[in-house]
Amino acid sequence: MGDFLAIAFLFLAAGVLSVPIASRLGLGSVLGYLIAGILISPLLEQLDVDVVSVQHFAEFGVVMMLFLVGLELEPRLLWQMKARLLGLGGLQVAATTLGVMAIAMALGQPWSVALAIGMVLALSSTAIVLQTLNEKGLMRSDGGGSAFSVLLFQDIAVIPMLAFLPLLAIPEIAGTGAGELAGESHAAGGSFVEHLAGWQRALVTVAAIAIVVGGGSYLTRPLFRFIAMAHLREIFTAVALMIVVGIASLMTLVGLSPALGTFLAGVVLANSEYRHELESNIDPFKGLLLGLFFITVGAAIDFELLFSDLGLVLALTAALMVLKGLVLFVLAVVFHIRGADRWLFTLGLAQAGEFGFVLLAFTVASNVIPAAVADQLLLVIALSMLLTPALFILYDKLIAPAFSDAQSRAPDDIDDQGKVIIAGVGRFGGIVNRILLASGYKTIVLDYHAEHLENLRVFGIKVFYGDAMRPDLLRAAGIEDARMLVIAIDGKEQATEMVQHVTQNYPHVYIVARAFDRHHVYELWAAGARDIIRENFDGAVRAGRSALEALGAHPYEAERQTQGFVENDKRAIRELAELYDPDVPVHANEAYVARTKEFLKSHEDAMRGNSDAFGIRNERGWVPPPLDDPESAQSNR
Amino acid sequence: MSRVIVYFAHPGHKHSRANRAMAVAARTLEGITFVDLYSEYPRFNIDIELEQRRLLDHDVIVFQFPMFWYSTPALVKEWEDLVLEHGFAYGAGGDNLAGKRLLLAITAAGPVDAYQPDGYQRHPIRTFLTPLEQTATLCQMNFLPPYVLFSSLSAPTDGSLDTHVANYRTLLESMRDDRFDFAAVAGRDLIRGSELPVKGVT
Repeated sequence: MGDFLAIAFLFLAAGVLSVPIASRLGLGSVLGYLIAGILISPLLEQLDVDVVSVQHFAEFGVVMMLFLVGLELEPRLLWQMKARLLGLGGLQVAATTLGVMAIAMALGQPWSVALAIGMVLALSSTAIVLQTLNEKGLMRSDGGGSAFSVLLFQDIAVIPMLAFLPLLAIPEIAGTGAGELAGESHAAGGSFVEHLAGWQRALVTVAAIAIVVGGGSYLTRPLFRFIAMAHLREIFTAVALMIVVGIASLMTLVGLSPALGTFLAGVVLANSEYRHELESNIDPFKGLLLGLFFITVGAAIDFELLFSDLGLVLALTAALMVLKGLVLFVLAVVFHIRGADRWLFTLGLAQAGEFGFVLLAFTVASNVIPAAVADQLLLVIALSMLLTPALFILYDKLIAPAFSDAQSRAPDDIDDQGKVIIAGVGRFGGIVNRILLASGYKTIVLDYHAEHLENLRVFGIKVFYGDAMRPDLLRAAGIEDARMLVIAIDGKEQATEMVQHVTQNYPHVYIVARAFDRHHVYELWAAGARDIIRENFDGAVRAGRSALEALGAHPYEAERQTQGFVENDKRAIRELAELYDPDVPVHANEAYVARTKEFLKSHEDAMRGNSDAFGIRNERGWVPPPLDDPESAQSNR
Repeated sequence: MSRVIVYFAHPGHKHSRANRAMAVAARTLEGITFVDLYSEYPRFNIDIELEQRRLLDHDVIVFQFPMFWYSTPALVKEWEDLVLEHGFAYGAGGDNLAGKRLLLAITAAGPVDAYQPDGYQRHPIRTFLTPLEQTATLCQMNFLPPYVLFSSLSAPTDGSLDTHVANYRTLLESMRDDRFDFAAVAGRDLIRGSELPVKGVT
């Protein structure tokens, strides 16, 4: 136990220390983790930590990442991607495999080994690339989207590769059976389907996918509604983890890629109102596990072997990256990826990836690739991953600036108008939402009354479950690139806190805040909101105007009169809001008290009819000049 | 019987004397439609369909308002801008108002002799009304000579308002009853209360 804690502390400390420094230097978090791994590798050796098994555990971060990627991707979008997915992804894998195979054969490997090496190295690193693209906000660019298509295809391609590789086995290096290793690699076939006939296996596979799709579509909603009734945060986290882990193990059981399974589940749940809640719950785990994964990649580099074969390994790595880059560049040209996006696509995917480790372990176990060759390939893969952040830096510093003038941002039409997040969709937020939707704006609505959501869903209004108070949920809903936040939640203090959080952290977001009363207006003002709407004010004003009309006032006079009242009241409340200090009790705030007294006095006068306090506006409208005015003969009217 | 509608527009209702007296007279007449525009649309939210229907349903359209800065009160302009749509009032297919008559019943604070080349307003009052006249022409309506109360601020005290209001009633009634001789006023500058060409009355 003590050992475990010490190791955990070591990993955490390494990440905590090196990632912020790497980020500060503009290197990105991935390189930070990799460096941390390299730095602690001697210590890990001392503590006798099995880095490879930690890595297998940490690979679960990739599974979670694909789940989150799926959540972002509605089925409709996935279908739109199909041409790129198959064309771009398929050609990349095929061309790279053949290219690597040719080089390996030229270096004297038999064709079967060469083909296996080709497959291992054709895959890129989903973990590094997606993490970096997300971090830099490049996922929505043409280059980023194309890179994602290729990565997705590769993740799917791993499954047939795992089935195909044992067929390449060379009898001479045969030792142990292939079956023994199946359980070790996270994507390899499980024991359950091993003994089934082909048609049975196919049936089980189809059934498993049906469970994921069907369960995701029909079971999650009642499940979440049941959970939501408890109003317990951690239960939600538990359910989210349970779903991801459950699907991953189901997929392993039937011999499918857990990453693919959770991705599929993510896509199925992308339309669910619980999507953002799931996202915010899984996200921290994904981040930690991926970090751990990158650390293990850094720590797994065998420096002894590296330095003994330094020239060869470096040359192989360089050759691999040049080859992969070349294939990608040609594909980018063929598929009309232009400008900076072409380079992002080329440089971003030019490395080998974590699935390479998995396949490599599998090929060694299946007697396809000799262990000595595999050890060198392991170094090549790790080194190419280590170099990837450097290529991204190259892209950031040299290529993107060179194209930024030439490339217009025009084709980016999807999120042009920006998102509007509406927190709370009761009587107040609901109306705001309807008005914005009717005007064609995209809204993201958050509410944590599950009953509420169900009712709205019946009418085709899209709402997400979640407590908008939580910063992580706001982030999952996209506050970072939102244009506006409408705060319509029940609960005064919560609304104020939310204003404070958002004005401090996302100053670009325009806030429309609902206030419950005068005092709440002051608090929201102090917290930084500048567009504050009192929930009952407009209704009361209209009631007052109606009363005036019913008492015989001309409707236009009633309108002017109430407008005058509103203006006066707004001015007063604004002045008082400036004087108000949330840290000083009202009775101790002398300026505030004095000004309030003045306003009360003029209000009283107005009520008793002693002054035209708020009627002034009305009085001044359309008054003819007095007859005794010597100039009145010159009247212009 | 002709169908007559009076559109009354005065934002400063309670400061008005001349227009209020005229409005009361028009409103209390049987058989004509009276609309207080500022009462119906205090927030300028004009119901275009309703207004177009009203126009279709009437033969004589009367606008009664005080002259403000050589023009109409703001709401009348808003009404014109919204209701007289292309395709309804003018342009292709826009002949719904053809043949209808438009009468302006207006009040002006300046005396009658101010509206002369040597008066301080420097132009005859018809000059200031040309935008409305041309609007009527474009809509194929007959623009009648306006019925004007000059010196409207002193009219309530010097007795001229009462006569003006009484003649206003007669004018509207005779139009309603088809006894108004439109031919007699054709080409005139103004319709004068003292010489209303009402048929069947000697």
